[in-house]
Amino acid sequence: MEFFRIKKDIPFMRHALTFNIISLITFVLAVFFLATRGLHLSVEFTGGTLVEVAYAEAPQLEPIRSALATSGYPDAQVQNFGSSRDVLIRLPNREDLDTTKVSERTMATLQAVGGAPELRRVEFVGPQVGKELASDGAMALLLVIFGIVVYLAMRFEWRFAVSAIIANLHDVVIILGFFAFFQWEFSLPVLAAVLAVLGYSVNESVVVFDRVRETFKKKRGMTTPEVLDHAITSTISRTVITHGSTQMMVLAMLLFGGETLHYFAMALTIGILFGIYSSVLVAAPLVMWLGVSREQFIKPKKEKEEAVV
Amino acid sequence: MNRYPLWKNILIGLVLFFGLIYTLPNFYGEVPAVQVSSGKATLKLDASLNGTIEQALRDAGIEHTGLFSDTNSVRVRVASTDVQLRAKDAIEKRLNPDPRDPSYVVALNLLSASPNWLTSINALPMYLGLDLRGGVHFLLQVDMPGAITKRLDATAADLRTLMRDKNVRHAGITREGNNVLLRFRDAEQREAARKAISASTADLQLTDRDDASDDLKLVATLGQNAQKNIRDFAIKQNITTLHNRINELGVAEPVIQQQGLDRIVVQLPGVQDVAKAKDILGRTATLEVRLVDETPGALEGALAGSVPLGTELYNERGGSPILVRNQVVLTGDRLTDAQPGFDGQTNEPAVHLTLDAAGSRIFRDVTRENVGKRMAILLIEKGKGEVVTAPVIRTEIGGGRVQISGRMTTQEASDVALLLRAGSLAAPMEIIEERTVGPSLGAENIAKGFHSTLWGFVAIAIFMSVYYMLFGLVSVIALAANLLLLVALLSLLQATLTLPGIAAMALTLGMAIDANVLINERIREELRNGVSPQAAIHAGYERAFDTILDSNITTLIAGIALLVFGSGPVRGFAVVHCLGILTSMFSAILISRMLVNLLYGRRRKLESVSIGQIWKPGN
Repeated sequence: MEFFRIKKDIPFMRHALTFNIISLITFVLAVFFLATRGLHLSVEFTGGTLVEVAYAEAPQLEPIRSALATSGYPDAQVQNFGSSRDVLIRLPNREDLDTTKVSERTMATLQAVGGAPELRRVEFVGPQVGKELASDGAMALLLVIFGIVVYLAMRFEWRFAVSAIIANLHDVVIILGFFAFFQWEFSLPVLAAVLAVLGYSVNESVVVFDRVRETFKKKRGMTTPEVLDHAITSTISRTVITHGSTQMMVLAMLLFGGETLHYFAMALTIGILFGIYSSVLVAAPLVMWLGVSREQFIKPKKEKEEAVV
Repeated sequence: MNRYPLWKNILIGLVLFFGLIYTLPNFYGEVPAVQVSSGKATLKLDASLNGTIEQALRDAGIEHTGLFSDTNSVRVRVASTDVQLRAKDAIEKRLNPDPRDPSYVVALNLLSASPNWLTSINALPMYLGLDLRGGVHFLLQVDMPGAITKRLDATAADLRTLMRDKNVRHAGITREGNNVLLRFRDAEQREAARKAISASTADLQLTDRDDASDDLKLVATLGQNAQKNIRDFAIKQNITTLHNRINELGVAEPVIQQQGLDRIVVQLPGVQDVAKAKDILGRTATLEVRLVDETPGALEGALAGSVPLGTELYNERGGSPILVRNQVVLTGDRLTDAQPGFDGQTNEPAVHLTLDAAGSRIFRDVTRENVGKRMAILLIEKGKGEVVTAPVIRTEIGGGRVQISGRMTTQEASDVALLLRAGSLAAPMEIIEERTVGPSLGAENIAKGFHSTLWGFVAIAIFMSVYYMLFGLVSVIALAANLLLLVALLSLLQATLTLPGIAAMALTLGMAIDANVLINERIREELRNGVSPQAAIHAGYERAFDTILDSNITTLIAGIALLVFGSGPVRGFAVVHCLGILTSMFSAILISRMLVNLLYGRRRKLESVSIGQIWKPGN
């Protein structure tokens, strides 16, 4: 079986400007939604208490809300989680609240409402922890960016490093944009997924760049856009198959992983889809705009040859 | 050209074999067990305990299916949960004859059902995190500024005493923020004070501050070292205290660890009663010093039922009853340290207590007035007192250094010292993070994670085999080997597996196939260019290697960043992710190459390979 029966190199670079404009628009939209709607941060980042309970039969949410309001939590959010029999309650941290007793009091209130709730999960995060997690997340992101740029600059050329990281940060921003637009919950596992995607889609750029380097060395007389077209065309089958396989795994997580892994898998799905697009169709044009050419690329090797001669 | 030397094949075979062995325990599931561990920090488990437990079980007519012991615990495997409960009762009755003062913690636990030979080579199932097995997780913040303020308050009191003893006239000693201010009317007195303080302690740094000609100040601050010592001491003591308290809960495998400079993680697998757990963590125990009522006949009267007014009847540690006055001479607040040691003259084991300045003064006065009498040291917990020791006062004791000795073994001395130190918390603590996972959710999480991985794997396997034929099958075997090695590595390292960890496992498998796709596509490309099959295989693996290395390293960079900065769920993800990248490099390149070599490497005249359709533009 062969899906990709490509006779000639596909002229991707002819449309480079179009791709870049599409990217720019999605990017600006993502930034816009991030700025206007913001991320719906999970309790891990904001601090607060989260109580998940399961009932034998689907309970009415309104009595639970009012009971919580009368017992001192008017700002409690009560919602179904996964199924109508599972209820999730979110309580923000407040100055005047005895934080260590929140989960017990909530359970007591729920038991008083009736329906025999079964405690599934409690998460309480104090205010100082949330801030730390947010700053640690930012630090992790910076470290990833720095590490990848340095590594790619060493292995390839600074132009490749810069374009790869711009292309993939653009993915990250778009994932965040999706989370902001749909107000999906942004939790620690989602953060992990975003960073994993960052490492993963840089792979994609690396594979293409590897080919670019090889083509520059092997085939003389090709213009830079031709080289890029050739590199992308000859790796496109691998790109699609690899991402398809990874997406199968992620799809399995979406289908079988339940609520906890839902947004994790969602972030990965968006990351994988945009990863293909950006690393191929954003990174490559960027390299071209940055002015990559064979001369600068194989310079060190040339010197070596001269020395031998 | 496509042959591995024998040693390489053997090496890969050995790695797979070890992988298989260490993965095995995960397949056996768990059986109920009873776990016995020491309930007192000073009680060490020894070999005779195994015999006692076996005897207890034999007497109760209970059969066990294996008894394992290590330095921290003895575990007995039993057939069912009914037997487990009966076995627990039988062992509990034998080991803790006095239920109010248990020496051992007897807890229910689950043990791997894997055969003993696996356990003996340290092949254990993966260590499941709380989100998979259910339980409670607390992160406690130790109030370090509080500990330092407490010490400074004590220091201010000490300095007052010191000034009086040295006859230095001062105009007031107060604590302001993190400093102790000493006011003086003239420079001479200040100089005298400085000398006196420097001679008595090295912990304080002294600076002058002149606010007016008749308002001279000496600012005393705790040095960096002293502050560090206070912090280290506070966190160590709090951990010790927590250990003692958690032992009471009867948790099989509690985790109590320092995290960062001022935090303590407490994990109690299997505990569902969060309220009780919090109660025990937050409880404060106090120490009291009281005098013993030695009026002739009073004790006998109290034992007969009429306790004299103003006294209480206690049992001294070791058994004999003792009558103690209600009036409290000193409380544990005045105790700054307790260490086991030896009596300077008799060389008997002893406990050395250090009191703060105010405590020293009280203690000196009380001992002066009560030479020859007995003094009781009580530990009050949950409103219940226990006389730890009741020594005879031999002489007036000044200077705040108290020694308790007499009829003690070294073991008892360190036991008492620990109890006195650990009885109360050195600094207040606050719960800043709590995570409770019910047992049903834990089991569900395992099932969800397992199914995700399984079906994802099956989908990839089918696709690869159809698309790349035999080479696809080789890739799938390599991927399965990757999973095997990853599970083996996680089992061997006993890294905590969480739900995000399982997700990382699935994701890593999904990404690992990339290497094989790269290789297979390269081989196809070479074949398309008309290269002979053997050369195509060789070139495919050679050329793809650089790309695989590069792409794995960039993924590893992201993984390491997560490992360094991640905590909680992110860390669980990162550990598996990083290990998975390493095992995938090994399996995707070496194992798949070995298989391909075994399949095709020996054939001289290889006409074609089974790698799916090679489509050429010319056709």
